[in-house]
Amino acid sequence: MSDAAFDWMAAANKKAKGKRPEYFANPEDDRMLSILMAVVGEVSVLRERMDTVERLLETKGTISRDDIESYVPDKQAAYERGAMIREYIYRVMRGPHQMVDELRQAEPPVEDVSRELREI
Amino acid sequence: MNDESKLDVAPPYNAVARHGVSPKASHDEIARFDFLANFNKFMSGALAPGNKLAYDVRVLPKFEKEHGREPKDRFEIRRSMNDDPFHQFWSALKRNSMEMRQQNGRAMVLRQIDELNAKARQYNEGRETLELHPEIEIPRYQSAVDIHCMPGSYHGEEHPGDISAGANYDCGIFATTAGGLGALSDGGGQALVEWIRKTRPGWEPRRVLDIGCTVGHNIVPLALAFPNCEFIAIDTAAPILRYAHARAQSLGATNIRFIQANAEDLSRWENGSFDWVQTTMFLHETSGKSLPRILSEGYRVLADDGLMLHLEQPEYHDGMPLFEQFLRDWDAFNNNEPFWSSMHSLDMKDEMVAAGFSSDELFETGVRAVVDREIFPEAPTGEDEDHGRAAYWHAYGAWKNSSEMQEAAE
Repeated sequence: MSDAAFDWMAAANKKAKGKRPEYFANPEDDRMLSILMAVVGEVSVLRERMDTVERLLETKGTISRDDIESYVPDKQAAYERGAMIREYIYRVMRGPHQMVDELRQAEPPVEDVSRELREI
Repeated sequence: MNDESKLDVAPPYNAVARHGVSPKASHDEIARFDFLANFNKFMSGALAPGNKLAYDVRVLPKFEKEHGREPKDRFEIRRSMNDDPFHQFWSALKRNSMEMRQQNGRAMVLRQIDELNAKARQYNEGRETLELHPEIEIPRYQSAVDIHCMPGSYHGEEHPGDISAGANYDCGIFATTAGGLGALSDGGGQALVEWIRKTRPGWEPRRVLDIGCTVGHNIVPLALAFPNCEFIAIDTAAPILRYAHARAQSLGATNIRFIQANAEDLSRWENGSFDWVQTTMFLHETSGKSLPRILSEGYRVLADDGLMLHLEQPEYHDGMPLFEQFLRDWDAFNNNEPFWSSMHSLDMKDEMVAAGFSSDELFETGVRAVVDREIFPEAPTGEDEDHGRAAYWHAYGAWKNSSEMQEAAE
């Protein structure tokens, strides 16, 4: 089948049958988060590509796109790249991650602390 | 990781083994799955504990204040948790991760769908070991929603006669399980091989039926371990069977016959014609009335001295805290698994007895994925468990009229 008109990326975006849950009071927030998460993912992809380019340049001097496409990290490089992605995720997920801390330890508003400090 | 000082990171997608119908992944397609595998680890490890905290700190106290009692079931917990800002955000992130996995897998597969279909045809055309029956209807429990948010489910086709559903399902399991199922995502099948060799050394089943085989992850390792045994693997969806057959053939498992069939009607097989009848992570994708029909048909075609085995996530028994039941239910309502919740509240022992077994023939055991631990992680259980997709299952089994296994058990 050589269907030149097959728009594979549009087809990849097909929605799964079944009503999507609404997570937020405002449906636009659901849409915005989906865009934001896609960007978060794509930045990770760019970082990994940059890492590939740097590693190849270090060992080869000049490289081609084929070199990038066929790059396979060895065990050490694979671990380092995993750690890099992990670090990146912790960086961008600071907000939700701190929500867990907030739940662990409820704190008074700083305004209350300010009032307290005035008196001591 | 062997080295204790190392961080817990997902293995790279490069570590996934290739077979005859694997899509070729570009650099960035690999990187997308690398991101998702590590993101899912972050979600279950660093973020998920916030759900229990939110429940203990504010959701439960609020519920008790309003109702004067504790929640009576997982549904009440879910409705209350769905109003909690932490749980909302966590769920929204997780849903996005599932949707991104589907988009990424489909984009990789559909970009090269013509090549993949051509590869599959080389393994499939003219082979007696692939039997498609277009008259088999897709049951309502498979068509009502697209299971695990997989656009088109197992039976969808982008081009007539294609294998896109199978290829997409296969390639993305790495991301959702963060590599927990091993190089060929077959850690469940490998575990079955290890389990049967330990449980019944020297046993050589003659004929095995795998119900709801999808892409054959769990049956191929068994077929390779028992090369003289005839394997029948059935599913209602043709696209996934085309892919499964080509995948199995390319991996050298030529003793499996993939047949499009509905397990509620196994009338083409006579009573007692299989030594082993099994499902792996399948029964939760059926329905209230079909599940007992499938079990009793399975019992009918099972020979004396034969084994029935079902791998699932653990059922919601009375001793399981309601909050854990609620967490384990996440996929039911957020990842299009509409029978998941009802299935896990069934007592599988009762279901097996209703299918024909006597209760002293039944057994239960835990089965952990068998993968190359040099590369692939052991799936965390307990606090860090990714409920619903941990590579650790509960097996419900029975030996039919087997004096030998009965004695071994005693």
